[in-house]
Amino acid sequence: MKIHIPNSVWLGNINPFLASFDPSDPDSLDLTVNEKWFSVHPVVLAMIASVGVNVDASRIRCAKLEAKSRYYLQRMGLFHALKIDGGMDDITEHEPAGRFIPLTQIHTADDLSSFVANMIPLLHLPAEHAKTIGYIMSELGRNVIEHARTSEGAFLCAQYYQKSNTIRIGIADTGIGIKEAISQSHSVSTDAEAIRLALTPGITGVTSREGGNDVNAGAGLFFIKSIAQANRDFFILYSGSTLYKLLKRTSSSRLRLFADPFKDRHSLQTDLPYWQGTMVGIDINLDDTKEFILLLDAIHEVYIKAIQERKKARYKKAKFV
Amino acid sequence: MKKINIVEYVGAFAENKDKARALRLQEIVPALEQGQDVVLDFNGVDAATQSFIHALISEILRQYGSDILERITFKSCVPAVRKMIEIVVEYTQEGMTD
Repeated sequence: MKIHIPNSVWLGNINPFLASFDPSDPDSLDLTVNEKWFSVHPVVLAMIASVGVNVDASRIRCAKLEAKSRYYLQRMGLFHALKIDGGMDDITEHEPAGRFIPLTQIHTADDLSSFVANMIPLLHLPAEHAKTIGYIMSELGRNVIEHARTSEGAFLCAQYYQKSNTIRIGIADTGIGIKEAISQSHSVSTDAEAIRLALTPGITGVTSREGGNDVNAGAGLFFIKSIAQANRDFFILYSGSTLYKLLKRTSSSRLRLFADPFKDRHSLQTDLPYWQGTMVGIDINLDDTKEFILLLDAIHEVYIKAIQERKKARYKKAKFV
Repeated sequence: MKKINIVEYVGAFAENKDKARALRLQEIVPALEQGQDVVLDFNGVDAATQSFIHALISEILRQYGSDILERITFKSCVPAVRKMIEIVVEYTQEGMTD
């Protein structure tokens, strides 16, 4: 595999970076970076960690890094995740409070619960913001544990950017991917169709029954996309060869949630290198974070309407001659 | 009447749905089966995910029907938890009326 980190990768401009990913030869990883500097979204680090964790350290080649870049990757825990020496023995690590959550591998629900509990104080956020971030982390992590079917679990990380007052969150896994997960209960032929269903409230891969089963409602990703939508932030979902990107709302546009993610302002790229698994990235601008209760009101309305419309679509029609 | 203090099982952030499922199967359902009413006390719970609330109550509604809500009381819910419960209760009932 080959991954090249250019000098800037954010959710808004992530497409060329993903297009440059070379998934061939999964037993080796060739990691190169922009020689002068780089600045990347946490989802990039989660992606590298999740593909690299199964590669023998002797088969990971990491380009010579400029000191500042090396320091950043060390602090975010990438070298530790890849089990390689970043050449940083001489640095003193400071307590990360208020700035970032380093790469963390989650295997079980208990791992996830302790991660979320420990993470919230690290970010030093006001209570309302902490609830939103904890909610996102918990639901995204849970999705992997339940649906990805991978022994490696998920890699999560996040970073707070003071200048933009934004939390950026990334999670990646190398599990079965959304198409295979959704296909267990629904007929889909493309990654894009599967992503569409995965983001639609009330639809889950574990059952074809409306509203899910006793522990799965098929609502987690819809809630998270809605949080991004309400806050005018980016949200991406990459699985198989398809990237769904929720685009930012303009500041003047009214909040309107849709059950069908293809009705949201979005972009879709279906010809990317195959990602065996799922990646999710989200930005939350803390200036704009809507009160969670108001968001829930909006979600409530859309969710119920979606169920009612799907029921109505199944009604038998009168025959006229 | 059986009172269940949710915070004792899951802490201030109710997100672990394995624990929600266990609470339902080991505490709530047996109490209902014995004819007891159930109080789910959310005092001390600051937030709950939709997944948690779904795993806690949706199957009870499906199994016993909507009337079971007359025997379950949700106590001391902060507004966000209350709203989440309302969402789950409503979408579960919508899904039941096929």
